[in-house]
Amino acid sequence: MALRQCAIYGKGGIGKSTTTQNLVAGLAELGKKVMIVGCDPKADSTRLILHAKAQNSIMQMAADAGSVEDLELEDVLKVGYRDIKCVESGGPEPGVGCAGRGVITAINFLEEEGAYTDDLDFVFYDVLGDVVCGGFAMPIRENKAQEIYIVCSGEMMAMYAANNIAKGIVKYANSGGVRLAGLICNSRNTAREDELIMELASRLGSHMIHFVPRDNVVQRAEIRRMTVIEYEPTAKQAQEYRDLASKIISNKNLVIPTPISMDELEDLLMEFGIMEEVDESIVGKTAAAEASA
Amino acid sequence: MADMTREETEALIQEVLEVYPEKAKKDRAKHLAVNDQSLEKANKCITSNRKSLPGVMTIRGCAYAGSKGVVWGPIKDMIHISHGPVGCGQYSRAGRRNYYVGTTGVNTFGTMNFTSDFTEKDIVFGGDKKLAKIIDEIEVLFPLNKGISIQSECPIGLIGDDIEAVSKVKAKEHEKTIVPVRCEGFRGVSQSLGHHIANDAIRDWVLENRDGDDSFPTTPYDVAVIGDYNIGGDAWASRTLLEEMGLRVVAQWSGDGTIAEIEKTPKVKLNLIHCYRSMNYIARHMEEKYSIPWIEYNFFGPTKIAESLRKIAAHFDETIQAGAERVIERYKAEYDAVIAKYRPRLEGKRVMLYVGGLRPRHVIGAYEDLGMEVVGTGYEFAHNDDYDRTIKEMGNATLLYDDVTGYEFEEFVKRVQPDLIGSGIKEKYIFQKMGVPFRQMHSWDYSGPYHGYDGFAIFARDMDMTINNPCWKNIKAPWKTQAASEAVKAVA
Repeated sequence: MALRQCAIYGKGGIGKSTTTQNLVAGLAELGKKVMIVGCDPKADSTRLILHAKAQNSIMQMAADAGSVEDLELEDVLKVGYRDIKCVESGGPEPGVGCAGRGVITAINFLEEEGAYTDDLDFVFYDVLGDVVCGGFAMPIRENKAQEIYIVCSGEMMAMYAANNIAKGIVKYANSGGVRLAGLICNSRNTAREDELIMELASRLGSHMIHFVPRDNVVQRAEIRRMTVIEYEPTAKQAQEYRDLASKIISNKNLVIPTPISMDELEDLLMEFGIMEEVDESIVGKTAAAEASA
Repeated sequence: MADMTREETEALIQEVLEVYPEKAKKDRAKHLAVNDQSLEKANKCITSNRKSLPGVMTIRGCAYAGSKGVVWGPIKDMIHISHGPVGCGQYSRAGRRNYYVGTTGVNTFGTMNFTSDFTEKDIVFGGDKKLAKIIDEIEVLFPLNKGISIQSECPIGLIGDDIEAVSKVKAKEHEKTIVPVRCEGFRGVSQSLGHHIANDAIRDWVLENRDGDDSFPTTPYDVAVIGDYNIGGDAWASRTLLEEMGLRVVAQWSGDGTIAEIEKTPKVKLNLIHCYRSMNYIARHMEEKYSIPWIEYNFFGPTKIAESLRKIAAHFDETIQAGAERVIERYKAEYDAVIAKYRPRLEGKRVMLYVGGLRPRHVIGAYEDLGMEVVGTGYEFAHNDDYDRTIKEMGNATLLYDDVTGYEFEEFVKRVQPDLIGSGIKEKYIFQKMGVPFRQMHSWDYSGPYHGYDGFAIFARDMDMTINNPCWKNIKAPWKTQAASEAVKAVA
């Protein structure tokens, strides 16, 4: 089977890293060879697989060694649960330098050093928040990830972000072969959440590939720096991630998304009661002005 | 070939524009003009200071070049850090021939390259810590430096490094002037914005240092030379004339200049501007803040020198005015001899120029003193006020070309067939291979000075040895000469 490269995007804090690692654990359980490439300066995309606080990142080690040319692949590539390969691009602390360039440098390094071996079935890029600049779009450029999964929930900002990411995919879909492969709903237990995300997915021309319910076992496993699949394989939640993994294996639904306008998105949110209709007469009025009216 | 008429020049411009695509043609047409002395304002005929077109060979530099290369670099007792990857600093090192007096590496640093040598990790993790370390190392290795400037290369602006914060902390720690300059190369359309940014940095970080300090004794005859970069010793050849007429030159900006001179400039009576383009900003600022008037002058060739000396003297009393006349008289025999020697060899020769800040107009008078005519001129990075000052200097129906492209320049030369071209190093070999005598008019082709009476003698000699060099007679292959082809015919 040819190597499939997938990137996980979504609003910050939505659970991208947790979802990625759990589903990758599911893929590994099914006998797939997988590599995770963390593309976030926080370098927390592989801790549940490696049982580590934070993996030594490519950029940090390059800085310590002098330059990225001084590194060997084995210095940065760690093997964790069920032989899952892990690398973190790493990057600067908040507010300095250029994290985007770090992602570019790290991925170039992996390519040049032959990290993308023939025996791999999947590579997963776990990318921070949004496609803020060219560096964070690196995983979806030509010959990189072809499949994008957006993690979202039934909250307003998560859906805004999902729609924005879909816009980003459209931009790159024409120059490269990148496609939206589906929405993963990481539930926040909001009302009619599954219906809402299914509706959003269909408006985007895609599908909700799986609804991951909320379960405290995820946090219990996380405290132990483990995935649910490893920590408590019999848990109901472990099965959810296995289901997500098998759905991804058989997923053929790859589309150029059809992002919707802000008005459409707001209408959708109002329809589901997430957002109330805006009373135009109160826009821009201070509390004092309202009181005197 | 004879001078072209207005119609012929206009037709030439149209013909040259013809090869461009529609949009490029429309844009370039605005930058090419036939000179008309009757125009009050240049904007009636030419557009300048606009973005160059992609795909053409422009001759322009960048904002970093304007700040580090032109304005800051010559300040000899400061260390100028080229902050970013190594190339910008190394390839601009010492290329402008700003002469200075001092012991390089001890109390002066003009020809050295200081760079933070950015690599990938500095881009990703930011370069502020490295910059702080460099400043500390400079203080240990070169303790006699009088200050440091940080010349930003492109990446500094892209990754958002806070060089101002580093400068403030280190300035306090080392009790030195440390100036952050935001002259990232991508800013603006040419080196011109770099000049402006550099002027503003001097204004904000240096100029006020001695405000309120009256310990420096002043005289009624204090002046500053602004915009002379002492290329090949230009500022020295100018300074002597000013001093001989009775003025006291307090500061040279910035050729052979020091930070102390810059700090004392707000105390002078008059600012004398040679390169208007690169330093008019600071002159205007000093006029506004310190009420120091400023005038432009031109020290190329005896006619313009005499005009300028009298114009400068008019701002002072009779002593200075008499001094100006004395200077003009004293050197008369010398420059008359130069003219007598070279004018017969250069009379009627036609020149095309394409240079930077002030030379496309300032050297015209010097050529005219030698009986030569400038038939085409243009600037890399001028603004409209430069062309305002140019149209009066150039003859009617001569060519003006702004931000000229490599293609346009070659085509103009092919048609106009000048006897001499004065431009830069990138143009030099192309035109020499076309068989046209060429002088490098940025750095005086490793010669100079060209300013002042001393400079005029060298200028005249250089133009003569270039134009009348016997090599040009041999530029044509022997079998392609008229005589050869007639001989072939005779045999046949």
